[in-house]
Amino acid sequence: MGPLIDPFLDNGFMLRALLAGVLVSISCAVVGTFVVLRGLAFIGDALAHGVLPGIAGALLIGAPGIVGATVGALAMIGGVALITRRSRLSSDTAIGLLFVGMLALGVVMVSRSSSFAGDLVAILFGQILGTSWESIGLQALATLGVAVVAAVCARPFLLLAFDPEQADVAGFPSRRYHAIMLVLIALTVVVSFQVVGTLLVFGMLLAPAAAGALLAHRIGTMMAIGAVIGAISSYLGLLISYWFDLAAGASMVLVAVAIFFIVFIFSSWRDSRPRNGPVRSPGPPLEEAHG
Amino acid sequence: MNPTGDLIVTHGLAVGYRGDLVVDGIDVRIAPGTSLALVGTNGSGKSTLLKTLVGLQPRLGGELAVLGTEAGASPRRVGYLAQFHASGFVLPLRAIDVVRMARFPSLGLLGRTTSTDHDLVAWAMETMGVAALAKTPLRSLSGGQRQRVYLAQVLARRADLILLDEPNAGLDAGGRERYLDAFAGELRRGAALVTATHDISEAIEYDQVLLLARRVVALGPGRDVLTPDRLMETFGIVIRDPHAEHAGRFTVAERSHGAPQIVDLNVWPDAGEPPAPVPPAPPG
Repeated sequence: MGPLIDPFLDNGFMLRALLAGVLVSISCAVVGTFVVLRGLAFIGDALAHGVLPGIAGALLIGAPGIVGATVGALAMIGGVALITRRSRLSSDTAIGLLFVGMLALGVVMVSRSSSFAGDLVAILFGQILGTSWESIGLQALATLGVAVVAAVCARPFLLLAFDPEQADVAGFPSRRYHAIMLVLIALTVVVSFQVVGTLLVFGMLLAPAAAGALLAHRIGTMMAIGAVIGAISSYLGLLISYWFDLAAGASMVLVAVAIFFIVFIFSSWRDSRPRNGPVRSPGPPLEEAHG
Repeated sequence: MNPTGDLIVTHGLAVGYRGDLVVDGIDVRIAPGTSLALVGTNGSGKSTLLKTLVGLQPRLGGELAVLGTEAGASPRRVGYLAQFHASGFVLPLRAIDVVRMARFPSLGLLGRTTSTDHDLVAWAMETMGVAALAKTPLRSLSGGQRQRVYLAQVLARRADLILLDEPNAGLDAGGRERYLDAFAGELRRGAALVTATHDISEAIEYDQVLLLARRVVALGPGRDVLTPDRLMETFGIVIRDPHAEHAGRFTVAERSHGAPQIVDLNVWPDAGEPPAPVPPAPPG
């Protein structure tokens, strides 16, 4: 079948990596859409890195990394909520503080043992080529969970992105749904770190959804575009890493960011073209009877 | 507690932002099918009072009953137009998606949209003259078009109590006319209307006017409340029209900002004499 497909047919690890990459792309597109629309990039970043001490701690005591990552993510969310609610500091400040604190704690814990050096690289950059069928099953479950919760909460999430006060007025408490959104981000980060690593999961969360935001006029379309771009990035990234012997997770993220910039250049060019009227869609002029 | 059926009853209500008192001693009753205008400069407490009535800000004191219960407890029956939208126009949304949000309180999380919902959305967009823009991305709309879409959203909720914060902002003459017609219709339907506005000529049309200047300056029918003295207390600068034949016409300027307004108080014959010309009030 040629060099574009053979690597995935001939190598079980490549096929598993592709599956894992596509699953991560789907949940990252759903969650990333809200991260982009609500300007939650910073807390997404902080969550992605805040899980580090959790994973390191789990490795120290011999527990599964995913358990540690969950604990780390929950501590991060709880800490941000506590500081923002109990002080007059902005959430940016709270997130930043916890972010560096957790990252430093993680590195300190890892540095306790020299045998951890390889583990640190694996945590930060993922081990997509070592993906097992079990972890693919776990990712499929998590992706399904993220999709179901996002579908059930579609209306309050839309209101929240539009204006948190509108969500409150409409009877959907903004705090409750904001918390649910953070848990979805955390869940996505926790199950994705084994694939692309804690450092790069953030790229998969942002780049495809941001490209989708530039192209789409509806939120559902934005998610779909994000998922497709993520899946294409996974495929191209794995292929590039296979043929040129490059780091797999990083190649995937690099392709995703490159696609974002291509879309960005395209949409800037499209928006700068002269148009016939101020409004893109056809239709009669707005003001009729009152002239 | 509320045998008269009034939609809003306050007694000694104190409102504020983050615990800091802005206005207290507010006593209003608003019956179905009647309107109240909140008039004052920026920072006078109009928006804070609206946010308290809609349940976004806790009251700081006094009593407040909205639709016979606590503020914020009846989302299906309350329509609210905010003065600002946090991030509305960068979203990948079309005009119709914004108006459809009006139906979310009735639909809940998973309820299916019915033909009633579709009809209300279509009617509201038609009423505000934005039906042709339904599929247009929100970010491609002008400020005035966007304000019409937000007003259509309020209409589509078909609320019993409607609270509007500066609904005129950015509207052109045609949009303003449609807005006035639409909400006059809501009043006839039996909804109550509370509007925060700078626009004194609009406020004159309301059943009651509450003048605010970080305190209650006056409350009552426009003809009793919108007097030169009271407007002076509220806005800071009132200038008499030099032409004698326009004895009831004043120019009202705000201390803080905004273009001066020409107000014709000749609509009722017993309008008081304008005050003697005053020097501009000191800032702050």
